[in-house]
Amino acid sequence: MKPEENRGRRNFVRGAAAVLIGGTVLSAGRNRSPKLVWQIDPEKCTQCGRCATHCVLAPSAVKCFHSYSICGYCDLCGGYLRPDAKGRNTGAENQLCPVGAIKRTYIEDPYYQYKIDEDLCIGCGICVKGCDVFGNGSLYLQVKHDLCVNCNECAIAHACPSDAFKRVPASEPYLLKSDLERRIS
Amino acid sequence: MKRYVVPPLGGFSRAGSLWTSRLKAVLHTLAYVFLFCGVANAEFRFPMPEFASGYEHPAVHTPIPSNAMVGWDVAVLIAALALASFLVLKRRKRREIFLLTMFSMIYFGFVRNGCVCSVGSVQNVMAGICDPAYGVPLTVLIFFAAPLIFALLFGRVFCAAVCPLGAIQEAVAIKPVKVPPAVEKVLSVFPYIYLGLAMLSVAMGSGFLICQYDPFVGVFRMGASFSMLIFGGIMLVLGIFVARPYCRFLCPYGVLLNWCSKLSRRHAVITPTDCIQCGLCADSCPYNAINEPTPAEAPEARSKGAWRLGVLILLLPVLTALGFGVGGLLKEPLSRLHPTVQLAERIAGEELGRYEGTNIESEAFRASDTPNEELYAEAVELKAGYGRGGRWLGAFIGLVIGCKLISVSILRKREGYEPDRGTCYSCGRCFKYCPVKE
Ligand code: SF4
Ligand code: SF4
Ligand code: SF4
Ligand code: SF4
Repeated sequence: MKPEENRGRRNFVRGAAAVLIGGTVLSAGRNRSPKLVWQIDPEKCTQCGRCATHCVLAPSAVKCFHSYSICGYCDLCGGYLRPDAKGRNTGAENQLCPVGAIKRTYIEDPYYQYKIDEDLCIGCGICVKGCDVFGNGSLYLQVKHDLCVNCNECAIAHACPSDAFKRVPASEPYLLKSDLERRIS
Repeated sequence: MKRYVVPPLGGFSRAGSLWTSRLKAVLHTLAYVFLFCGVANAEFRFPMPEFASGYEHPAVHTPIPSNAMVGWDVAVLIAALALASFLVLKRRKRREIFLLTMFSMIYFGFVRNGCVCSVGSVQNVMAGICDPAYGVPLTVLIFFAAPLIFALLFGRVFCAAVCPLGAIQEAVAIKPVKVPPAVEKVLSVFPYIYLGLAMLSVAMGSGFLICQYDPFVGVFRMGASFSMLIFGGIMLVLGIFVARPYCRFLCPYGVLLNWCSKLSRRHAVITPTDCIQCGLCADSCPYNAINEPTPAEAPEARSKGAWRLGVLILLLPVLTALGFGVGGLLKEPLSRLHPTVQLAERIAGEELGRYEGTNIESEAFRASDTPNEELYAEAVELKAGYGRGGRWLGAFIGLVIGCKLISVSILRKREGYEPDRGTCYSCGRCFKYCPVKE
């Protein structure tokens, strides 16, 4: 074979490969998609505890959220107090949260506000379970997007037994339980 | 503000009996009506209080995902690829290539946390092709296509100095030893198997295998699951002696780059002019990527070689068919990669009393109130899918092995020492060994 001929053939095959790559990209990109991020569907989460342990970050990018607008502000908070708590005070031995991340403040009789200290929270979901079982379910887990590095495949999503992780548009990155929540970003 | 009657604790059910769901529907409608009067209390055990003290709810902190760097990443990727091509083809200085490699490791690895990388993007692209509901963002498409296009033009310059996974391995390759070429050839089948498995996994919806077993992402983020860190650690220690173990024996994206680079328009060359066949460069490549010139006299009679080639070409369809058959037999083990199949087997096992107690997965499933039969049906369907997919995977691997056999038995004519266009990473180690200067 003459070198000329050889080069022509190589050019042709290269062109074909380029077309193939282009075709693959076009077919994969036919659904125009916005940037997607991971989020937990609070209706599906069963608070298995893996959010605290399976994130590639330590501590986890998953934190407990509190939707104040659906909270009962109960004195006897199922998310705050251990079921076997001796008293209703803020003693560490009474608290459900293993890291003491829930701050209780008195508002007016008989209401208390519960606020999560996100620097402490490890996303274990223990309080979420307590609030779900005994309260209004105003505590729930969410991926915090200032922390999450948006893995191509979220390591927790892969481990989640409840299939609670899904990809949501980055423009609407939270699945809050109440639409009435005031937000700051 | 109107308050609804709150059902007693026992009557409140998330699963929802007919009664509660009907009640819920009514309450939902009512809630809509009263939306402007205040909060809909309907679904809650404890009514939301009205505060006399004028207390206001704190706001929920909902930071938006950082989007700022995305455009940047694409720009840096293209710029790095262009610079790498220039350094490899024009400047020909190992040191400069290595500096760019370290920049890529720091930027794409440690700064950008190694996600999304081109290696993983293969899966997003596959998911985009298989699943009509899955959209692949433009950034990911560019990360997938740009290195391949550059490989078509200039060889694997992406591997040389842009890929963060390659870069970290390049950084630890301090005392590379030579792997026997035969071993290299055999092990080089693994990337194809890995690619096939990963694509099957995406097509069946059981997740992104390449991301789950990414050895270095844990290093880049300085934290990962235990198994990920162990795997990454092994790869790095191994990488001191066996240069780029992941690239050579696992990287699935490398397969595509290899194909593209074989067709490359230009490629790194060892000698700037003509090879004088001094052989000084032969041992400089830690990747077995330098091909020797063809010996003057043929090692065997032409007819003998032609005969063997004929046999191998006939063997190709046989191997492919064999792979097709064997792949079908792998249906059971392959399907166990899928979480739904795992769950179905667990639940079935629990029902039969084969396991003691439950595990987290089975508890979550039972809490969801899905009937077992539905799960079993889904698992059966998935297994059938893995049967089909396994055949294609097997056929693909059979074909690859056949092609590899043919390629080792063909003697290509080479005038001097040349880098192998498919496997050369354009790292530039060999450049300085050549005594011929321009
Ligand atoms: S892994 Fe899933 S079920 Fe477990 S706590 Fe996280 S979201 Fe909830
Ligand atoms: S119990 Fe767990 S999820 Fe709840 S606030 Fe404490 S650490 Fe966070
Ligand atoms: S995407 Fe990554 S960082 Fe974010 S929650 Fe999942 S594992 Fe953690
Ligand atoms: S072979 Fe794969 S991991 Fe190695 S540098 Fe190339 S793309 Fe990166």
